[in-house]
Amino acid sequence: MSLNLKIAESEPRAPIALSCGGCASCGVGVFRRSGRLSAKADATVAVMGNPNVGKSTVFNGLTGLRQHVGNWPGKTVMRAEGAFRLGERLYRLIDLPGTYSLMSQSPDEEAARDYLLFGQPDVTVVVCDAGALERNLNLVLQVREVAGAMVLALNLMDEAERKGIRVDERALARDLGVPVVPMAARSGKGLAELANAIDGLSTGRLVCRPAVSARLDPEIEAAVVEIELALKAEFPDLPHVRWIALRLLEGDADLEREVTQGTLGRLGHPPEAAL
Amino acid sequence: MADETVRTLAEMQVGDCARVTAVRLDGSERRRLLDLGLVPGTRVECVLRSPLGDPYAYAFRGVQVALRRPQATMIEIGELARCP
Amino acid sequence: MSEVLRVAQTVRARVAGAGPDAVAEALHAEATRISERVVGGPGRSNRRGWDQRLDAALTSPLWGFPVMVAMFAGVFWLTIAGANVPSAMLGELLTVRGTAFLHHVFAAIGAPAWLTGVVVDGAWLATAWVISVMLPPMAIFFPLFTLLEDFGYLPRVAFNLDRAFRWAGAHGKQSLTMMMGYGCNAAGVTATRIIDSPRERLVAILTNNFAICNGRWPTLILVGTIFIGATAPAGWASVVAATSVAGTAMLGVLVTVLVSRVLSRTVLKGEASAFTLELPPYRPPQLLRTIGTSMIDRTLKVLWRAIVMAGPAGVVIWLISNVMVGDQSVAAWMVGGLDPLGKFIGLNGVILVAYIVAIPANEIVIPTILMLTLNLTKSGLAQRGVMLELDADQAKTVLTQLGGWNLLTGVNLMLFSLLHNPCSTALMTIWHETRSRRWTLWSAFMPLALAFIVCALVAIIWRAVS
Repeated sequence: MSLNLKIAESEPRAPIALSCGGCASCGVGVFRRSGRLSAKADATVAVMGNPNVGKSTVFNGLTGLRQHVGNWPGKTVMRAEGAFRLGERLYRLIDLPGTYSLMSQSPDEEAARDYLLFGQPDVTVVVCDAGALERNLNLVLQVREVAGAMVLALNLMDEAERKGIRVDERALARDLGVPVVPMAARSGKGLAELANAIDGLSTGRLVCRPAVSARLDPEIEAAVVEIELALKAEFPDLPHVRWIALRLLEGDADLEREVTQGTLGRLGHPPEAAL
Repeated sequence: MADETVRTLAEMQVGDCARVTAVRLDGSERRRLLDLGLVPGTRVECVLRSPLGDPYAYAFRGVQVALRRPQATMIEIGELARCP
Repeated sequence: MSEVLRVAQTVRARVAGAGPDAVAEALHAEATRISERVVGGPGRSNRRGWDQRLDAALTSPLWGFPVMVAMFAGVFWLTIAGANVPSAMLGELLTVRGTAFLHHVFAAIGAPAWLTGVVVDGAWLATAWVISVMLPPMAIFFPLFTLLEDFGYLPRVAFNLDRAFRWAGAHGKQSLTMMMGYGCNAAGVTATRIIDSPRERLVAILTNNFAICNGRWPTLILVGTIFIGATAPAGWASVVAATSVAGTAMLGVLVTVLVSRVLSRTVLKGEASAFTLELPPYRPPQLLRTIGTSMIDRTLKVLWRAIVMAGPAGVVIWLISNVMVGDQSVAAWMVGGLDPLGKFIGLNGVILVAYIVAIPANEIVIPTILMLTLNLTKSGLAQRGVMLELDADQAKTVLTQLGGWNLLTGVNLMLFSLLHNPCSTALMTIWHETRSRRWTLWSAFMPLALAFIVCALVAIIWRAVS
């Protein structure tokens, strides 16, 4: 059930970054954690981010599950699933392993990438460290190219404040064309707003501006198109063909392996396994 | 300008700053460093040295990363200077 | 070859000069552009301030290692000193009064002796002991360790130790998985997924056992207090005990590095692969929240597992102590049979039998040893109600006078506890992660063999010297 948000509106609206708690007066509800999933979800949400940005804290905050969170990179090795309700809708959340980029090559980063590409979540949340935004934007920009509906969870705002770093979230939202939610998930701040942003994207109330791919040399552009054509011939239903073509041009060993094995486009961990 | 030997990250001491000119590693090592932001043109500061002498930690683009000596010798830098 | 790959190869050769990193560089440039526009305030590029000063101190050639040792010794000391009173109180409540109460109840309902034995003297007693001895130290240790973890100190430890691991042919991240193993070896083994190279991952898995998991802390702390600490002058007992425990932990690190090196040169030959270690910023830990989640996540979870293991183990102990074969109990046969081997390696038959019973979980080694010792000697103390007020002093009395333990036994028990095979949970996790019978067997028998060899050597040298 993927929503093609580009068709939903005749012209793109500016995305709304909510900074209030989301009370009845602006028509958004309070979210309720659902822990483990027992019914069919209305939408699937992937939670991504660099290692060590508090992604699991955000995930726990939304779902109420208790995974311990430590302060060192690369700690989430198991993929967790949970859910929350907002109004009538049930959202299923998948906590993906932390990754610095979609082009990384370790097994759990591959899992994150494969899920995003082939699991086709309805909404993607990218959790960022407000105090290290520049580095985090690398992943954000890559996900932006691939994910239809994305929201940037700007976490660790309390720490950024402590270091004297200020982020203009409205400018960031304008620049990227996606909703930006400032958060301090450790203290529970921003969780309601994030839930509402997810709900908004899923129901079409919020819209992301279509992504513009990075400008490339004409020569490289032509090369990418050639690979795209070959891909479409061999893997007819493949999503995100351009992105995969770019990676194959770079010589991504894992994608090459998947092409040889014929498993390109299939997920390693079926998301339905949770039910 | 004529006879410059190539300078690498491994020559930096704690408190030195430089800009990366090339990353001569391959495969997943290279990928990981590119992902973290160590691309040509990035400004790097050498910030820590392990008590056992290796690795050193380098700061760039808001992160601190430890790299071993063999890797550091494969990352070329431009002019070396003390950081301001 | 797939048509797709052929095309990709061809076009790649064609654009080879154009720079393979074009896309990556474009992305980073865009990221910089955006962040320059939206991020303001000091510290945008590199961090200054006391974060950096702290780092310089923690990794300095002079202070780095002493601080590490002091940090861990401090954690152990707080655990040991802080757990004394609560353990005594719980012991009084559960093992003395609780058992007495249950005996009344069972007598009142006219239960047969064997049932009372199995349920009260077996299952309940072991469980009660485990709770009173395990809970207080765990409730202190886990939050402390978690605070260190949350603070961000552990990657710095990895940074300090990396060269040793490189020397051992191991991956730098092994220091992280090793540290995880100090909580629980099963968790440490699972954590090795962060190591990509299969060879290095196996090395990390096989040596994770030498990180002393929570289940073994109480054994070490008790023995350290009773035997090692007792040799120190009065006020220093806790400190000496804590140092001996910390020392054993350090020894574990040393063994990890040495065994990794041997493995890398023999059965798991290969070179060290590349790695990058990120040193994240320090985070002021949120005290209450951390203590809360670590209590639930770790303390209670591990305690629960200990209880679940303790009950059945208690039953087994009671059964082998009370089921007769010929004129001796099964336990007596086992102990007698294993005693020569035990004595040879500086331990004794009771300890070996206890380790067999304790394969499901390390936590129950000490209760098993105590209960076996008491049951076998059929001492006056082994009467119901009286035997159970076992604080450290009384445990010492039981062990030295009834069990014939001495300082060598204490030291070797600490060594054996450090080196012996992983518990069954860890072994199952290793099987799950490696899917290899060969390596699972290695991970069980290699440490056990090492434990026997080291203890035998220590015993031989000790006896020769004294």
